[in-house]
Amino acid sequence: MNAHVKVPAAPLRERIARAAAVAAKFADDVDAKGRFPSETMQALKDEGLLGIQIPAELGGEGTSIAEIAELCSVLGQSCGSSAMIFAMHHIKLSSLVEHGQKHEWHREFMRAIAGNQLLLGSATTEGGIGGDLRNSICAIEITDGTVRLEKNATVISYGLYADAILITSRAHKDAASSDQVMTVFLKDQYTLEKTNDWDTLGMRGTCSEGFVFKGEAPAEQVIPEPFAEIAAHSMLAMAHLLWSALWYGITVDAVHRAQSFVRAAARKTPGQTPPGALRLAEISGKLQAIKTDIIHGVRQYEEIRRNPESLTMGFLIAMNNTKLATSTAIIDIIGQTLLINGIMGYKNGTPYSVGRHLRDAYSAQLQISNERILMNQSTMLLVNKQDTSLLG
Amino acid sequence: MNETIRNLLTKLGGLPVAVDSLADDADLYAAGLSSFASVQLMLGIEEAFDIEFPDNLLNRKSFASIAAIEKTVAAIIEAQEAA
Repeated sequence: MNAHVKVPAAPLRERIARAAAVAAKFADDVDAKGRFPSETMQALKDEGLLGIQIPAELGGEGTSIAEIAELCSVLGQSCGSSAMIFAMHHIKLSSLVEHGQKHEWHREFMRAIAGNQLLLGSATTEGGIGGDLRNSICAIEITDGTVRLEKNATVISYGLYADAILITSRAHKDAASSDQVMTVFLKDQYTLEKTNDWDTLGMRGTCSEGFVFKGEAPAEQVIPEPFAEIAAHSMLAMAHLLWSALWYGITVDAVHRAQSFVRAAARKTPGQTPPGALRLAEISGKLQAIKTDIIHGVRQYEEIRRNPESLTMGFLIAMNNTKLATSTAIIDIIGQTLLINGIMGYKNGTPYSVGRHLRDAYSAQLQISNERILMNQSTMLLVNKQDTSLLG
Repeated sequence: MNETIRNLLTKLGGLPVAVDSLADDADLYAAGLSSFASVQLMLGIEEAFDIEFPDNLLNRKSFASIAAIEKTVAAIIEAQEAA
């Protein structure tokens, strides 16, 4: 675990801009072939962007969630798959930053992530639980200081390309299905036997294939806090906010392409408003609404990070609402950019293409399923009282 | 109050273990209390004690154990009587 990557001193925006330029160059190829965006990943590592969330004392840069959300958005404007991988990594990393700082092994691991720019993968879904990440069938077993786990993980985000996987399971063999823990396994501590391909409508570069995971590691790699706490305190909010940020990025690029199309038409016919202009005006407002919602959500979450005791059901409902709203609005907005750009938008490989944007965007409603989130919302709203204030 | 809470937990908690076997300070989430069941339990408690949980008490800590629920309910009743 020796540090060898020298963190560049340039501002974050410059570093992500360079990585995003690489992502943009390969986005269509990644999408067409459904391959891992390895060039983007290398650029992100070269820019030292995988460890920024880690506190400075552990070799990171203590970057705020707001700034990381901005980076997700910038990357999303170039390549949705790359941005999703970057976001997933930082969502996993937040579990360590928020819950691992008390534990010596996890502190050392964070130093290694920052120093060696390790990519963290996620294995929270399991065959037989219907996509509910707050339930597990598999259980860890600890004997003589060694933790062992076998999991039928139907989706592991970029499983083959991760340097370590954070994986959920029941806390012990007699534990209830909701009594879960999360364990860190390093690449040389597990095997992956592929069970499912990843040939999808969109987000094709995330290569989130299914595997039977078998791991064995020192027991100290189990995060001691219950996974329920990790989910409620950091993971759910981080996921909804960083995903929303990158979905916003995908959408911004589609709207940018539509605006370029309308402007080009306007220049050709001075004095006449092109037919797409009104539609563009309409989606500009819708884009602003999701942007505002995400920024507000990020501020709420940063408040919770400063004061974890203030976490309530109202906060969880708000985070879910941001995810629900963003994931549905982007389909509407990008769909309209397709109407504006017409055949030039429908075709791949034009400056006005929005097909990849639309296909990537359709994943948003499924990751975590909006149907499940709505069910959870409706349960929570049975007891949670509406906040009637405008500013609160 | 303890008995009422235990009865509601038996009826609404959906726990895989007998509520009688749980100590007052036993971790209900470790015992298998799901978030859905915890909301049903909250509703049952609101009805049984004629109270409403304010948003700042709707968190995992308030429902972490039978003792925690008792403490939460007592605090709400006290606040309602004071008002």
